[in-house]
Amino acid sequence: MTEIVVDNVAKTSRRDFMKMLWLFLGGMVTLEFTGLTLAYMQPRLAEGEFGGVIDTGTVDEYPPGSVTHIPNGRFYLSRLEDGGFLAIYQRCTHLGCNVPWDQVQGKFICPCHNSQFTAKGDVLNPPAPRPMDLFPITIEGNQILVDTGVTIGRERIEVSAVVYA
Amino acid sequence: MSENLPGTTPEKFHERRWKALGPSPMPSDDRGRMRAVVDNLVLHLHPAKVPASTLKWTYTWGLGGLAALLFFLLVLTGVFLEMNYTPSPERAYTDILALRTNVWFGDLLRNLHHWSANLLVVVAVLHLLRVFFTGSYRTPRETNWMVGVLLLLLVLAANFTGYLLPWDQLAFWAITVGTSIVNYVPLVGGFISRTLLGGPEVSAATLLNFYSLHISFIPISIVMLISLHFWRVRKDGSLTLPKGLKKAEEARVERLTTIPHLVRREAIWALAWLAILLAWAFFIPAPLEGIANPDVSPNPAKAPWYFMGIQELLLHFHPLVGAVIIPALALLGLLLLPFYDVNLESVGVYFRSYRGRYLSLLAFGSGILITPAWVVLDEFLLHWNRWLLSWPSLVTDGLIPFAVLALGILLMDEITKKRFRASLEERILFIFVFLLTALMVLTVIGVFFRGPGMSLYWPWDMPLHV
Repeated sequence: MTEIVVDNVAKTSRRDFMKMLWLFLGGMVTLEFTGLTLAYMQPRLAEGEFGGVIDTGTVDEYPPGSVTHIPNGRFYLSRLEDGGFLAIYQRCTHLGCNVPWDQVQGKFICPCHNSQFTAKGDVLNPPAPRPMDLFPITIEGNQILVDTGVTIGRERIEVSAVVYA
Repeated sequence: MSENLPGTTPEKFHERRWKALGPSPMPSDDRGRMRAVVDNLVLHLHPAKVPASTLKWTYTWGLGGLAALLFFLLVLTGVFLEMNYTPSPERAYTDILALRTNVWFGDLLRNLHHWSANLLVVVAVLHLLRVFFTGSYRTPRETNWMVGVLLLLLVLAANFTGYLLPWDQLAFWAITVGTSIVNYVPLVGGFISRTLLGGPEVSAATLLNFYSLHISFIPISIVMLISLHFWRVRKDGSLTLPKGLKKAEEARVERLTTIPHLVRREAIWALAWLAILLAWAFFIPAPLEGIANPDVSPNPAKAPWYFMGIQELLLHFHPLVGAVIIPALALLGLLLLPFYDVNLESVGVYFRSYRGRYLSLLAFGSGILITPAWVVLDEFLLHWNRWLLSWPSLVTDGLIPFAVLALGILLMDEITKKRFRASLEERILFIFVFLLTALMVLTVIGVFFRGPGMSLYWPWDMPLHV
């Protein structure tokens, strides 16, 4: 006589296993669908427009201590007194308004909530919580190229961000 | 043999086909007639009989039904608008102009859609308030309350995505400001904002994203949740019964047939609102400014009105506190309310009790007085960030004012508890009414009292748009 040992204590029944499988599959479908939706909503950038690399001309066109608006790149090319360059994204770090450069007062003044920034993009007056964002600059020979596809957010002003010819 | 089966001969089939199109014949026996009534389409939605007291107009104010009507109207007008609209920066604005001048009843459609959408936000909030003030979200209705809160969020999402579509200055900068608020959510804020916008700022990709969400995902989600919402209303035993303040004896529940008593009221209510909305859309045009110009921010730039409360908070708190912590706490509190406010005795009594009514008035009054006082004080006198210059702004503009706010609320709670001997439900009521009033006052200040540079102005001294 052989004894049949039925040992189903704390084991998952076939029905429970199928239920869990369905739940798992349903969860996977939901995840995939969510991921797909988010992926489809991601930035779709076109070459040569804002979002691509912008050629802003030669170094000599910008005198030291000047701030020049580059409309198609939506940034300000700021040449500091020592000859270094910063490409400052025109968007206010508070709530996203465009910040025009005030030539007379020599600072950026946001029309929306009166945030003010220096020519380096540093905060002079809140509510802006941090300095203006930058775009990376590469200088090839004499030509200034600005990549508007990547914004560099910063918590404070750093000298290493300045690019020299 | 199939040709011998009854009803399958060609003649019989022909007859049956036409009969199926008309109304089914009324059964001759009593029981059959009753079944016919019960199977009526209306009774898919409503029970066959309803308690007479829930038909009382001043109990529900017909707000849920009105919200459903507005949603139906929005879908209908929305489909017609879609047929005359291209979601691209080149075409969107000119399509709206064409809608106003060249499309048959286009302007009426647009106005109807715009005003219904704005009214829906108001009605959905009032519906929520009605349920809260009558305590109708208590056991077993907690789930449906949470479904309702989600529906309110979806309504806001639908409004917000629709706001961008006209592609005028108002739309462009309201969405810019609105999505920038998202940026302050720690860790994921930047990702969410970039995903919504399809880039670093409002652009052609944003218009497409918002358009797709506005005409598919959001309305489909709303339809699914509305179905759940309606189904749960019946599952949870229909409406709560209105009760007077003297809750001595439970009156015998008199029941009336849904047809005609409830259905007639609903039809009158719906027709009246259709008439009001038509007149409204006929005489008051939806706002439309000049075409969107990404290079020129208007001054001031404001979010849509239903988010102005948050934008006003941003002027007084560090963004992490004003845009994230306070709204998140408020939303969490709203969702969890029915699990703390549990007294089944006062379900159906407006404002819980005599003391509840008194405390509600008191909370409303304090909210009306304290909120503007605090806004003015913070604008001109309180400068934590200048007094504590070396401290991080998260502490000076965030934690300190937030702690003051929290302490103030705790203090008021202590007073209602000690001085007025309020019960838990009355204390919750007091805080709810106070915060609600504060939100309303902040929204009014943001919409009507903020001018260029977001400075305070009297509405009658408001400088024109710059």
